[in-house]
Amino acid sequence: MSKEVKIDVRNLTVGYGDYVLLKDASYQVNKGDIFIIMGGSGCGKSSMLRVLTGLIAPLKGDVFIGGVNIAQGKEADVQKIRTKSGILYQSGALFSSMTLAENIMLPLQQYSDYSPATMREIAKLKLALVGLAGFDDFYPSEISGGMKKRAGLARALALDPEIVYFDEPSAGLDPISSKNLDDLIIEINQSLGTTIVVVTHELESIFAIGNNSIFLDAASKTILARGNPRDLLQNPPNQEVYEFLTRGEKK
Amino acid sequence: MSKTMNNNLISADIARGNMLVAITGDVVEYNSQDILQKIAHLIAQNPQKVTITSTQLGEWDSSLLLVIYETIRMAKTANIAYDVTTLPQNIQSLISLAFAVDRKPSHNSNNQGGFLERTGRSAIGILTKTTNVLAFFGEICMAIGRFFSFRSIMRRIDFLAALNDCGPRALGIVSLISFLVGLILAFVGAVQLQTFGAQIYVASLVTIGMCRIMGAIMVGIIMAGRTGSAYAATIGTMQVNEELDALQTMGLSRIDFLVLPRLFALLLAMPILTMLADIMGMIGGAFVGVFLMNLPYTEYWRYAFNAFNLTNFLVGIFHGFCFGFIIAICGCYSGLTCGRNADSVGIATTQSVVYSVVWMIVVTGIITVICQEIGI
Repeated sequence: MSKEVKIDVRNLTVGYGDYVLLKDASYQVNKGDIFIIMGGSGCGKSSMLRVLTGLIAPLKGDVFIGGVNIAQGKEADVQKIRTKSGILYQSGALFSSMTLAENIMLPLQQYSDYSPATMREIAKLKLALVGLAGFDDFYPSEISGGMKKRAGLARALALDPEIVYFDEPSAGLDPISSKNLDDLIIEINQSLGTTIVVVTHELESIFAIGNNSIFLDAASKTILARGNPRDLLQNPPNQEVYEFLTRGEKK
Repeated sequence: MSKTMNNNLISADIARGNMLVAITGDVVEYNSQDILQKIAHLIAQNPQKVTITSTQLGEWDSSLLLVIYETIRMAKTANIAYDVTTLPQNIQSLISLAFAVDRKPSHNSNNQGGFLERTGRSAIGILTKTTNVLAFFGEICMAIGRFFSFRSIMRRIDFLAALNDCGPRALGIVSLISFLVGLILAFVGAVQLQTFGAQIYVASLVTIGMCRIMGAIMVGIIMAGRTGSAYAATIGTMQVNEELDALQTMGLSRIDFLVLPRLFALLLAMPILTMLADIMGMIGGAFVGVFLMNLPYTEYWRYAFNAFNLTNFLVGIFHGFCFGFIIAICGCYSGLTCGRNADSVGIATTQSVVYSVVWMIVVTGIITVICQEIGI
């Protein structure tokens, strides 16, 4: 039985003005996947994420998320997917003037009819889910980088999203924090059935969490490979993918 | 003695068509300009081969690598064979690394193209900026509409924090500067008025000057430097930290969330600060009049109150209100359009102050002309 397609990207061209980063990219993300968008620096991974989250419009092509095409730059279309997706930014992107609980309550205030007391309890629960129970009254400046990412994840999970996007989740973390975050991603994926899209070039994370992926190539501006990262390592379709997945080893 | 003074560490010469660059001793912090000039001169004589050798090479740093790198680069450019095989292996490796990727001149795509293309780009840039500013004003109007129809997501706590920052916390600096401006105004006026024996009119001069425009202008300049720049820096840093992206992807209006509290706070605080500035300026003038010019205290204040005019006062307050709008808009706009690096935050901060001051002067000119036309 075929899986439900959550994200359907068709003939997508991403760039800024005249500068094209990626052309005619097509791929699908199935429900429940941990989907990795990988590639070297400057290949357009983060720009691809910005398109998927509706922050920028692509130069060409379509992006269907839950059947809604958000690529036309129409705010109403993008708005439809807001409540269905959460994003963990590289830095956590927590609002520094608010406590962790207030950060998590913000999307709830915008999109739910919960009472303030219930919102606060939900915020506490989400913090507990990411291992930050008791930190609800802390400000972002009072916690470590790894904790900020966890708090950012708690905020991303506030509305029980169907898709969670991660932008370089391991960036700036020590190996243990990075591993813990990877474990958390798998836990969320398995427990909540959330579709996860991760933009990263951290090999350990890629192999630890990814069950599907695309490899973007800066030189050809195309998708050079797709599939399970471990399968790609076993049977690399080309030299570029092999070198990337083996940290530069020559075939 | 500085090591840079020893220029005998590297020598270059041509013998029988072969050029030899010889290196010896400790080559640290070596000033390479002279030797590179000499090497360039020798390479211009088109030797058959360039050989770089070292004997008893001690300590060395990047200044030695620079000489070797430039020598090889010049030889390559002139299509002359070169030999560095007698150099230590680590130096050879570093030089290989330096030549591994062709050095291409850096370029800015905005500076490319001919005159017409660059003019076109500039015109498009100006058009885009104008469109963005108009769109920003439109968004603010819509946000104000949402606020008055109780649909805004502006947080009361953000408004109170902004008001605290631009109100009570600005009292000290506004009081001090306004007092000093009143004092200066009184001094400057007194020098001229004394020649006519009319020094008592210093009170009138200071009162009219401060209430009509000077109070508002001084508060405007202080608040543009103090608060407008802080708005730009805060929002700009949020841009760098991806907080603005987070707001956008959560579907929260950046205008409601960030601009409205700051705008309303300044709109409320500026007229009050302008009143304070007027009073402090008058006190500054009285300080000069009473203590330095020995004018009678009661007489000074009688002239000051006689010169006080409600119309002038309200015009000053209106200036303050307009300046509050300008400072908030310039500060927030600069922050929201900030780039994604630390340098951009500095640029946004500077831009907010410059735009605020320029627009305050422009608006002052417009208000002055309008007041003149309607006779107030």
